[in-house]
Amino acid sequence: MPKKILFVEDESALQKTFGDVLGQEGYKVVSALDGEMGLKMAKTEKPDLILLDLILPKMHGFEVLKELKEDETTKDIPIIVLTNLESMGDVEKALELGATTYLVKASYTLEEVVTKIKKALGE
Amino acid sequence: MNFKQILQQLDVLAVCKRYGLSLWQCPQFLFLVMGVVIIATALITYALGTRYIADPVTVLLIVFALTIILFILTFSITRSLEGLAEANRLKSEFISIVSHQLRSPLSNLKWALELLMSGRFGKIEGKQAEYMKILKDNTGRMGELVSDLLMVSRIEQGRLPLHKTEFSLIELAQETIAEFKPIASASNVKIELDVLKDLLPKVFGDSSQLKLVIENFIDNAVRYTKDKGIVKVKIEQRNKKLYLSVKDEGVGIPKEDQKHIFQKFFRSSNVLKYQTRGSGLGLYIAKSVVERSKGKIGFKSEENKGSTFWFTIPIK
Repeated sequence: MPKKILFVEDESALQKTFGDVLGQEGYKVVSALDGEMGLKMAKTEKPDLILLDLILPKMHGFEVLKELKEDETTKDIPIIVLTNLESMGDVEKALELGATTYLVKASYTLEEVVTKIKKALGE
Repeated sequence: MNFKQILQQLDVLAVCKRYGLSLWQCPQFLFLVMGVVIIATALITYALGTRYIADPVTVLLIVFALTIILFILTFSITRSLEGLAEANRLKSEFISIVSHQLRSPLSNLKWALELLMSGRFGKIEGKQAEYMKILKDNTGRMGELVSDLLMVSRIEQGRLPLHKTEFSLIELAQETIAEFKPIASASNVKIELDVLKDLLPKVFGDSSQLKLVIENFIDNAVRYTKDKGIVKVKIEQRNKKLYLSVKDEGVGIPKEDQKHIFQKFFRSSNVLKYQTRGSGLGLYIAKSVVERSKGKIGFKSEENKGSTFWFTIPIK
């Protein structure tokens, strides 16, 4: 069974790019376009990993992260924050709330992000 | 400030027009009016004092009225200065918002291009590959520009705190030089690290921000070296500080441009001739980082001979 990745991101261009790449890498990608939907899908889809943007419609990524880590059924899913916010305060807050890794979009290539995803999945 | 500049400052109407302010919101104009009122107050008080010496209540009332006018003027000046400060804050905020908004489409572009060029969906060759590379390089350039702009707006809003730790300046320099090796050798430039003593003490500062400074120095040195040349990075101890310099044999900076070199968006005239890349923000950011780290920054340069940029940083 392919591992499932939930991508919470409101930019549909990125949904497509990552969907294609991760699909080719053999993962099943499910998309959520806002924070609320992301939270709901994390519970129903039971993904192996969540890629989470921070600036999201309806619910901020930090809130999604907090609720996921407080919920018994989702607290063990590794979460990679993938955002363009890069202040130390945001990085620290995300890691404190339980994010596995924090990636700033502007600083990483696609291949590097894929490598980080594999690492977080223990591959 | 020379005489000509003082005269220009005295042309209050022109100054206010340049700021785009109406006269009653322009500090320069208000100060001028206040000066006139103060002089008038002194003269009137004198005249009244000598003539109506027997009627002190009238004198008091008139002086009181004049004082109120002065008070209102001072208040207006304070308000107008606040307005200028607010405009400056809004400008920084504007840059910050715009840069953030630009980042999302830039990331989409960057990754989509990378995916196309990776050959995952069919090989890209020949002319197509050449044009893809142009797209990728220019997307990268835009990304750098936006990062620089964000950095500047953070500096100006005081939102770029230093995370100080103890670290080895030599290791940081080695790491940075290693990153530049491919770019440098592609343009026939050799980067040498010259450390007089191996055992230098550690320094105290924000290593990731100081890395930006070293990167900027080396990047400029490599970029402005025409044909081939050597870039020398030197580290030594000077009193309670470590001194790092980057010397190149490049195009140098014309004398008349030297005093502006750390200004925001400034680009030297001869640099514009050779290269069009660059935002004119790198050295402005470098200066801010070094000065907030309690160090000093400076340079020596001669046109067509080369430049040496240096900074110092305190030892713990």
